[in-house]
Amino acid sequence: MISNHFIATLFNTLIGLIDVLVILLPALLSVAFMTIIERKQLAAHQRRVGPNYVGYFGVLQPFSDALKLILKETIVPSQSNKVLFYLSPVSTLIFSLLGWGIIPFGQGLAISDFSLGVLYTLALSSLGVYGILFSGWSANSKYAFLGSLRSTASMISYELILSSAVLIIILLTGSFNFTTIIEQQQAVWFIVPLLPIFIIYFIAILAETSRTPFDLQEAESELVAGFFTEHSSVPFVFFFLAEYSSIVLFSCITAIFFLGGYNMPELFVNNTFINLQSIILGLKTCIFCFMFVWFRATLPRMRYDALIELCWLNLLPIAVAFIILVPSILVAFDIAPY
Amino acid sequence: MARLLTRNSYFRSPITQQALLRSFSTSPRRLLAQPSSSHDHAHHHNPPTPFKDTYVNPYKNGPSAIDKAVHLFFFTEILRGMWIVLEQFFRPPYTIMYPFERGPISPRFRGEHALRRYPTGEERCIACKLCEAICPAQAITIESEAREDGSRRTTKYDIDMTKCIYCGFCQEACPVDAIVETQNAEYSTETREELLYNKEKLLANGDRAEAEIAANLHADHVYR
Repeated sequence: MISNHFIATLFNTLIGLIDVLVILLPALLSVAFMTIIERKQLAAHQRRVGPNYVGYFGVLQPFSDALKLILKETIVPSQSNKVLFYLSPVSTLIFSLLGWGIIPFGQGLAISDFSLGVLYTLALSSLGVYGILFSGWSANSKYAFLGSLRSTASMISYELILSSAVLIIILLTGSFNFTTIIEQQQAVWFIVPLLPIFIIYFIAILAETSRTPFDLQEAESELVAGFFTEHSSVPFVFFFLAEYSSIVLFSCITAIFFLGGYNMPELFVNNTFINLQSIILGLKTCIFCFMFVWFRATLPRMRYDALIELCWLNLLPIAVAFIILVPSILVAFDIAPY
Repeated sequence: MARLLTRNSYFRSPITQQALLRSFSTSPRRLLAQPSSSHDHAHHHNPPTPFKDTYVNPYKNGPSAIDKAVHLFFFTEILRGMWIVLEQFFRPPYTIMYPFERGPISPRFRGEHALRRYPTGEERCIACKLCEAICPAQAITIESEAREDGSRRTTKYDIDMTKCIYCGFCQEACPVDAIVETQNAEYSTETREELLYNKEKLLANGDRAEAEIAANLHADHVYR
């Protein structure tokens, strides 16, 4: 005789799994389409056409790419550390996908409306460094090793800037919870009062996701492909997915922090069954995805020492200055929300 | 800093001057203005300045420090660059959709080889072997003997297209315009053997593209 309690537990687990799938599958799909968006947009910036053969206007290109990569031979260097070699792409992908768990896609539409969501996100972006570090070390290749060293150093440095910028938002809202941060932006999106902080923040997430102009761990002319030089086939796909997943995720988080997330101006009363909030969040995310690629199309790659200098000597003092300035204003005018 | 202060007529007194220089300057002490003797009255109206004749102010003719700071902090150059890139985004691509569209080809284009014939049908090649001699890749092999009517003709005219570097020396060397390079560059094959051209293949190429070859030679003859 199976107890009711057991059935209830089983049911809850099943619902939980479906919850995760409902977020994860669209997330992975958006990641796939991010790759084709990047290629098409980059092509448009350079007055090219880009991939246009697979499917209409090439929209199915990512799937054909994925199929191609999966069918490739997996090559593992004989002197590599096999366990870490396989573990690192998996951990990188998992850490970048875990971030989707606390994103609110609408009022109450989150897997977990975690009260420390912002801290969770920052912690996950720190953990992502491990996968890169291990992949560089385990591959036993100098290119991968140098790439992972560069990547680790720049990611750890820019995490500081990222957390400083996020800290200002936390000071302003008095909450680590994404939903609260979104609700606080009902009156005005934070990009308006916090424009300088937004600029610092965006520079930091460009470096965190190792995008141009900070993608020197992938400097093709020097390091072949950076930390995943030795990874082929499925492990490579994992790194690839992780990279683009973190781009989309960070775009989404930026939309939540600075563009009011799923909030939209109340121009009309939405009395239909369609939940426009998720679509609004998606559109705002697209703006930042566009900016990621736009920056890549514009800026040349920075030199390594210039990258580290920009972080520690230029951005960090400015970020610290804002950390002092913003609460000072809140206290001076007695407008702190807590 | 030192230069500016000493030039200012307000700070003519050497004692004020020295004190000011000490307190404001960030340069090492030895570079500071050191009046040879502060009691010398001759120097009162013309105080000694550091680097009197050799000093050049590097900031004199350039943008001001404020200008530069503004350009740095507001990313003006990056924003200009990004604007240009965004403009390009909304413009049509330059792409020629290759298998369906083609760009113009010069009459001098050096592609697949062909052997030509006279309008009578007689093949032009007289087996002088100048092309074989000049070919830097040694891709051409010719054998010849006399025909029944006594004229010298090739019995074998082979071009190894895998060796050929498409330099065009063969068509330059040919006295009778027999061997030419056509505008065709789309003759890839699935096996290597298909690229070892013999006389029949070359003559067939010439028969197929004779009109085009003649037009190209005519278009270019003024420059030869």
